Amino acid sequence: MSFRRFGLGLAAATMLAGMALPAFAQDSVYVPLFTYRTGPFAGSGTPIADGMHDYLRMLNERDGGIGGVKLVLEECETGYDTKKGVECYEAVKGKNPVIVNPWSTGITLPLIPRASVDKIPILSMAYGLSASARGDIFPWVFNPPATYWDGLSMIVKYIGEKEGGLDKLKGKKIGFLHLDASFGKEPIPLLQELSKELGFEVALYPVAAQDMQNQSSQWLSARRDRPDYMIMWGWGSMNGAAVKEAVRSGYPMDKFYSVWWPGEDDARSGGAGAKGFKMLNWHAVGTNFPAIQDIQKHVVDKGLSKAPKDKVGELLYNRGIYNSLLIAEGIAQAQKLTGKKAVTGEDVRRGMENIKLDPARLKELGLEGFTDQLVLSCSDHNGHRAAFMQEWDGTKWVKISNPIEPMTDRVKGQLDAAAKDYAEKNAGWPKRTEACDKAS
Amino acid sequence: MLYREAGQFKTNYVADSAIFPLREDRIGLTLIILAAYALAFLGNSFLLQAVMIPFLVFSLAAIGLNILTGYTGLLSLGTGAFMGVGAYACYKLMTAFPDVNVIVWIFVSGFFSAAIGALFGLPSLRIKGFYLAVATLAAQFFLQWCFIRIPWLVNYNVSGALDAPLRTLFGIPIMGPNATPQTRYLVVLTIVILLTWLASNLVHGRIGRMWIAIRDMDLAAELMGIRPLQTKLLAFAVSSYYCGVAGALLVFLWYGGAEYDVFNINQSFFILFMVIIGGLGSLIGSFFGAALIFILPIVLGIVLPAILEPFGMSVGADVIEHLRFMIVGALIIFFLIVEPHGLARLWQIGKQKLLVWPFPY
Amino acid sequence: MDMLYKVVVEPFVFMGEAPDLLIQTLWEGLVSGVLYALIALGFVLIFKASGVFNFAQGIMVVFSALILVGLYEKGVPAFLALILAGVAMLVLAMVVERVVLRPLVNQPDIILFMATFGLTYFLIGFGELIFGGNPREMITEQLFLPQGTTEVDMLGGMVRFQHLDIAAAVIASIMIGLLAVFFSKTRIGRALRAVADSHKAALSVGISLNQIWVIVWFAAGIVALVAGIMWGARSGVSFSLQIIALKALPVLILGGFTSIPGAIIGGLIIGIGEKLGEFYWGPLVGGGVETWLAYVIALLFLLYRPQGLFGEKIIERI
Repeated sequence: MSFRRFGLGLAAATMLAGMALPAFAQDSVYVPLFTYRTGPFAGSGTPIADGMHDYLRMLNERDGGIGGVKLVLEECETGYDTKKGVECYEAVKGKNPVIVNPWSTGITLPLIPRASVDKIPILSMAYGLSASARGDIFPWVFNPPATYWDGLSMIVKYIGEKEGGLDKLKGKKIGFLHLDASFGKEPIPLLQELSKELGFEVALYPVAAQDMQNQSSQWLSARRDRPDYMIMWGWGSMNGAAVKEAVRSGYPMDKFYSVWWPGEDDARSGGAGAKGFKMLNWHAVGTNFPAIQDIQKHVVDKGLSKAPKDKVGELLYNRGIYNSLLIAEGIAQAQKLTGKKAVTGEDVRRGMENIKLDPARLKELGLEGFTDQLVLSCSDHNGHRAAFMQEWDGTKWVKISNPIEPMTDRVKGQLDAAAKDYAEKNAGWPKRTEACDKAS
Repeated sequence: MLYREAGQFKTNYVADSAIFPLREDRIGLTLIILAAYALAFLGNSFLLQAVMIPFLVFSLAAIGLNILTGYTGLLSLGTGAFMGVGAYACYKLMTAFPDVNVIVWIFVSGFFSAAIGALFGLPSLRIKGFYLAVATLAAQFFLQWCFIRIPWLVNYNVSGALDAPLRTLFGIPIMGPNATPQTRYLVVLTIVILLTWLASNLVHGRIGRMWIAIRDMDLAAELMGIRPLQTKLLAFAVSSYYCGVAGALLVFLWYGGAEYDVFNINQSFFILFMVIIGGLGSLIGSFFGAALIFILPIVLGIVLPAILEPFGMSVGADVIEHLRFMIVGALIIFFLIVEPHGLARLWQIGKQKLLVWPFPY
Repeated sequence: MDMLYKVVVEPFVFMGEAPDLLIQTLWEGLVSGVLYALIALGFVLIFKASGVFNFAQGIMVVFSALILVGLYEKGVPAFLALILAGVAMLVLAMVVERVVLRPLVNQPDIILFMATFGLTYFLIGFGELIFGGNPREMITEQLFLPQGTTEVDMLGGMVRFQHLDIAAAVIASIMIGLLAVFFSKTRIGRALRAVADSHKAALSVGISLNQIWVIVWFAAGIVALVAGIMWGARSGVSFSLQIIALKALPVLILGGFTSIPGAIIGGLIIGIGEKLGEFYWGPLVGGGVETWLAYVIALLFLLYRPQGLFGEKIIERI
């Protein structure tokens, strides 16, 4: 039995209790940023972390925060590891965070049930549990602007349009290359349902996390099955390796589609052969927006950012900005609703439900044309917004389509069933008690 | 002075073969257990939820691996997967029979991982040393693949993940989001104390001696009439039982929901670190090892910025993480060089010193 | 019955129907087998000479490749960077010998094994601290590694040979050949074999153990560098490469821990076996069997021959 266990425990206790709760000034808002700049997924995680941090930092530097309240930013390194992510959550919980963004489906899942108990809203931007789009069942979880099911339906729709109609997909074969984890497997039920309905065949190519960089078998199988289209659900170094292997095995790149996670570096790793690779996206790339130029002026040029100057404005950097835009908007709305300056997690939850990023508001924020409008509500925590297709031209992403609306009719059934299923399986899942605000 | 054996006479064999023959040890142990329970009412939620609960869970898993690696001398790299079997079994059982108290299922789930562990332990009769370690890697990767590939294991959840439904004990929620860290901690603590007590009886009894004989030289043990296959399989089963229970506790009383990825190869290595740093073949070492390997990085994460910032070095979370890796790595090497028998050995030396204190002659 | 047909007959029928795909599968298996063998070779070198099961071999692959790419990005010419990366591995070997191996001499195997875990952790942290966690592109063109593909029409289909893969196979073979000559013909090589046979006997005839350890760790570092360049050129240099290195373990088991030809043949069996398994039988169970197939092959094999294909026969005495 342990004799010194308790001694150690006590020592750690006093230390942690003393340090984990530094007092914050009353007129500030604490925003923890869960980031990962280490581990196998760092390639995707670093630019996102930079973008998230830099936008909020810019608000601090330029406007002195949001509504006159300074934001206290703190990064917590998760390494895309559930254990460390949960540890981060526990570490920040005591400091009254107004929102957490886990940036990993694996970390999001254990946090979802805790959110309503700890009164901390979760922003899992276009990842996490798709079913959490239902605000009436998951009042504390937000996953705008679209779920993975929306994303898949958009890709299928786009392919259908290229073929000249969804009915033309009959008899085609669609390959689905995915990370073998809940993130990558989530769209499969919808894909199978669509395949039954539209008559196309599905071939699945799972990539295990430990084999992310060793995909020759998957692409060999793709040569055997000859899928007419390939859809990828990958993350981290899997994306770059997949593009490389696709080029190597001679797969026609213009038939290779991805969900919204690959970045420039991933496409670049395929060299010149990667031209034609397509992916979904819902926001602009580049720096041609007043707010991003402000980031360059107030943050990057002053050396307050970790991002190399030429990475500012790249896809995943701007993805980070979008994430922070939602946080900032949630806080701003919460201030408007409550009239308080130093808002709490509960206020921000209300604020998030009242997010209304229309073109006018985006212009006001200096991000005109950065993204499509997004309106969240009490029941809809996602928006199910349209995304557009973009193509890699060898050096940069080029937008090649108008916004594609998700097939809401098909997605909704899945979504409702999944949400109901979740609530049923978690016996005692609390009914929503949080009142809805009237849309302002 | 404070820690003396003199004057404690035993008048029968039972008393003499007790695990804690010294009065001081018994008093100390009682105090520690009392203090551990008292901590539930004194500690804040971060301490309980993020430090103590995982520490206890990992200690339990480390005891499990220690039975196999430390007492029986069979190196295993499949601990993570065996923990996973426990967690998935517990999930299936408690969702299939929600009326039976979940505590029962936590204990029962260990038997499933014991069975799987014994199955993968079968080659251990022929394979030894590092060869066996790689053979257990087969278990690790195969089981991990099963966790992803068999949706039945998670009741066809769309998320593909385990989640902790609400479960109560005496009407108080102990599992699920509404369970307070305090109650969870008390449940985990009680289970860990119970199982540690059981393990301590096992390893000090006839079975433990058989294990140790196999570890020290299996050929000689066989000649002495110990059946190697049964003994090794028993070690695998008991070890996996502990790991399985630890896995169930890990998911349902700590995380409250997890993906298969929690039971990956890194988890196996993580537990192995604890066992080796703590001390092979020592139960108390398992606790020390878990404390060092799990709590040290947390403490470093808090302390490092505090140390570095006064020097004008504002460091990011990522740099802290890198330093954590480096320091943990360096410390592993350091401890191995300073005391290859682990922290448990240091503890014994400490006790020896205490025995003669304050007159060390 | 149907299942049996699918397992026993169908894959072979398909092999016959599309021989070009079979050739392609074998080729892919061969190339990854050679690369596994290259990583396994690093393990074998160290295990032979010092009895250390060097878990850090995987991170050494990543680390050496990162140094190469990192130096090149700093403006160092490619070949100078290559040499400097080699020098860095020499420094690493010396530091490891001085800081890890020497104080731990005569400890049980498992303690040394754990020490290499510590080394792995340290190198991960150190590598990320210096180079950052971002994946890099390997400098293939600058090192005159061939790019492009040759498509050969044969057997009613087409087989694609990547020039890079051919180069990898050739370079790996040359490496292995050189090591074989080094071990059997040179003075140091003979000393290495003497140390492998018996530390005490080697010491008594005047062979410096410390020196030998530096040499084998350096050799393992160079092997790691070559493996890093090849894997890096195939799929980018990032820390997740380290996990692939675990695949070298079943290779080792199959070949035996102490045999260089064993590592090569084991690598080829594992590489080809897992590609064939994944390609022809994987779809029956939903794919992804590649993650564990290698280990199961090794495990089954061990039951038959517990010391591996070429391992020294285990003789037990009391």
